[in-house]
Amino acid sequence: MTAQTDVAYHARRHGRWHWSEIAFWLFLLACGFIFPSRYLIMTEVVRLALFALSLDLILGYAGIVSLGHAAFFGVGAYAAGLLSAHGIITEPILALVVAGLAATVLGFATSFLVIRGVDLTRLMVTLGIALLLEALAERFSDITGGTDGLQGIDMQPLLGLFAFDMFGKTGFFYALAVLFLLFLLARRIVYSPFGLSLRAIRNNPLRAAAIGIPVNRRLIAIYTIAAFYAGVAGALFTQTTQITSLDVFAFDRSADLMLMVVIGGTGYLYGGLLGAAIFKLLQVGFSTITPQYWGFWIGLVLVVIVLVGRARIHAAALFLPNLVLRQIGGRKAVVALSDSEAP
Amino acid sequence: MTSILTNLFDGVAYGMLLFVLACGLAVTLGLMNFVNLAHGAFAMAGGYVCAIMVNQQGWPFFAALPLAFVASAVIGIVLERTLYRHLYARSHLDQVLFSIGLAFMSVAAVDYIMGSSRIFINLPDALQGQFDVFGVGIGRYRLMIIVICGALTALLQLVLAKTRFGSRLRAAVDDPRAASGLGINVPQVFAFTFAFGCGLAGLGGALSAEILGLDPYFPLKFMIYFLIVVTVGGSSSITGPFLASLLLGIGDVAGKYYVPKMGPFVIYTMMIVILIWRPNGLFGRTAAR
Repeated sequence: MTAQTDVAYHARRHGRWHWSEIAFWLFLLACGFIFPSRYLIMTEVVRLALFALSLDLILGYAGIVSLGHAAFFGVGAYAAGLLSAHGIITEPILALVVAGLAATVLGFATSFLVIRGVDLTRLMVTLGIALLLEALAERFSDITGGTDGLQGIDMQPLLGLFAFDMFGKTGFFYALAVLFLLFLLARRIVYSPFGLSLRAIRNNPLRAAAIGIPVNRRLIAIYTIAAFYAGVAGALFTQTTQITSLDVFAFDRSADLMLMVVIGGTGYLYGGLLGAAIFKLLQVGFSTITPQYWGFWIGLVLVVIVLVGRARIHAAALFLPNLVLRQIGGRKAVVALSDSEAP
Repeated sequence: MTSILTNLFDGVAYGMLLFVLACGLAVTLGLMNFVNLAHGAFAMAGGYVCAIMVNQQGWPFFAALPLAFVASAVIGIVLERTLYRHLYARSHLDQVLFSIGLAFMSVAAVDYIMGSSRIFINLPDALQGQFDVFGVGIGRYRLMIIVICGALTALLQLVLAKTRFGSRLRAAVDDPRAASGLGINVPQVFAFTFAFGCGLAGLGGALSAEILGLDPYFPLKFMIYFLIVVTVGGSSSITGPFLASLLLGIGDVAGKYYVPKMGPFVIYTMMIVILIWRPNGLFGRTAAR
């Protein structure tokens, strides 16, 4: 077997749908029927999951550390909010796409700034862009509603059939459908040759360039795509909560997002989804214990994760499931994280 | 005309303060290449120690300042020995996560102990008010800041350039392996420098309570300012961060005075432009390490 067919064989085998993945999505769908009283919080998890998926695309697959991913979330949120509040587009799906595209434009424009320089410069530039947008949104509070938030967001029924109800049932299934579609797209992207080249760049940019991968162009592309995802997540936020305010740009949002991706594991798509769910559970758990000071415990979780080592924690978390899977499906069924852990 | 000079004066005072706050970070981030987003937490610790001593124990302000330095330095060295030193060799992502975690914890802890409202330090009468020099309003407190921070800057420069410890530090930073081969105890030098930087941040935190405001969100609110000083200033010497601090201080004060509606917009734009133009900072020396 030549090296090339070997790579293609492995890539294709990894790209195949695993039965546990199908079970995962069926479980998510089932959640909508099992817990009818928890729609609002489940919608939030789904939204966060989409946002985390977006960061995982650039952090886990391309190795770009971003501290300002909330910028795109915020732009998507405000775009959807403004479109609807001024009655320009009240059809939710169209508004969602337009809001995502608005974030895409911003992502493309800023990607040129981000790919320059090393980790530290990237951190600063991404953080700076998010802060800049927050300052802008505050400055033009006559348009954005400032700290009071943008109100009067009213959506047409979804597909003309399903109205957004106060229990959030429509919102949940809508968000879940969007997440699933975008997940399919992301899955297609990361298992494509394009996705493989991104991993090569993450592992060693110099070597990737040496074998002929146009590093900068690939990074611009994935950064722009991730911006679209974040924008859609932001738009979902606006559409399902029917309000948006300045805190969509807040630094905490970017930092929390990073925590989600890290909890779930970087560099495999389900990491973001699982991380979002675990993060939300932690947040709800901590804030029922100490409503005001849950930030302390979240911080502690971060510190412990780093000190123990991310790879070790994931190995420990996967130990029991793998033990079971090995009994049922043999060695092949074992779940493992992708090749190398840290970007 | 006089308003320009007054603004310039305030800007210089602000910039000097930022320098004292951030120069510890210039060492950890610029020289040791460790992304420490929790640096503001050390400054906050110093500020709160000073506030407690002055307001509750009745210490004189000038006696509490050194204590703020010592308290932050002690916290710094304890954390360095127990936690930070394990992370020097880790990826930037790990360092970012770890230090954000510490910053979150410090915010919640101070909120829990001291309450979430802004805290003021009772200043002696001699430091209040302002006087005029040729029509330029000079705030006494700001003048004191310029004097203290100016002296500290000169002292730092002297220590780095002239003393044995300074040359050891420079050697350890330039090439840790060669330095340890020459018998320099590199971890010890780093630990000492880290503690000293934290101490300076604590002193800065105590001084800044009056100007920047001190509340539990201090570490997150001013994190970006410290980072700007270091990334824009570069890391080749302390002159770079010093000049960057002055630039930032004057720019921020002038921006708030002349275009108040644009708020922090001026600063962030300036930072992004400078970083795009020179990714290693205005006064950077080497390529990315």
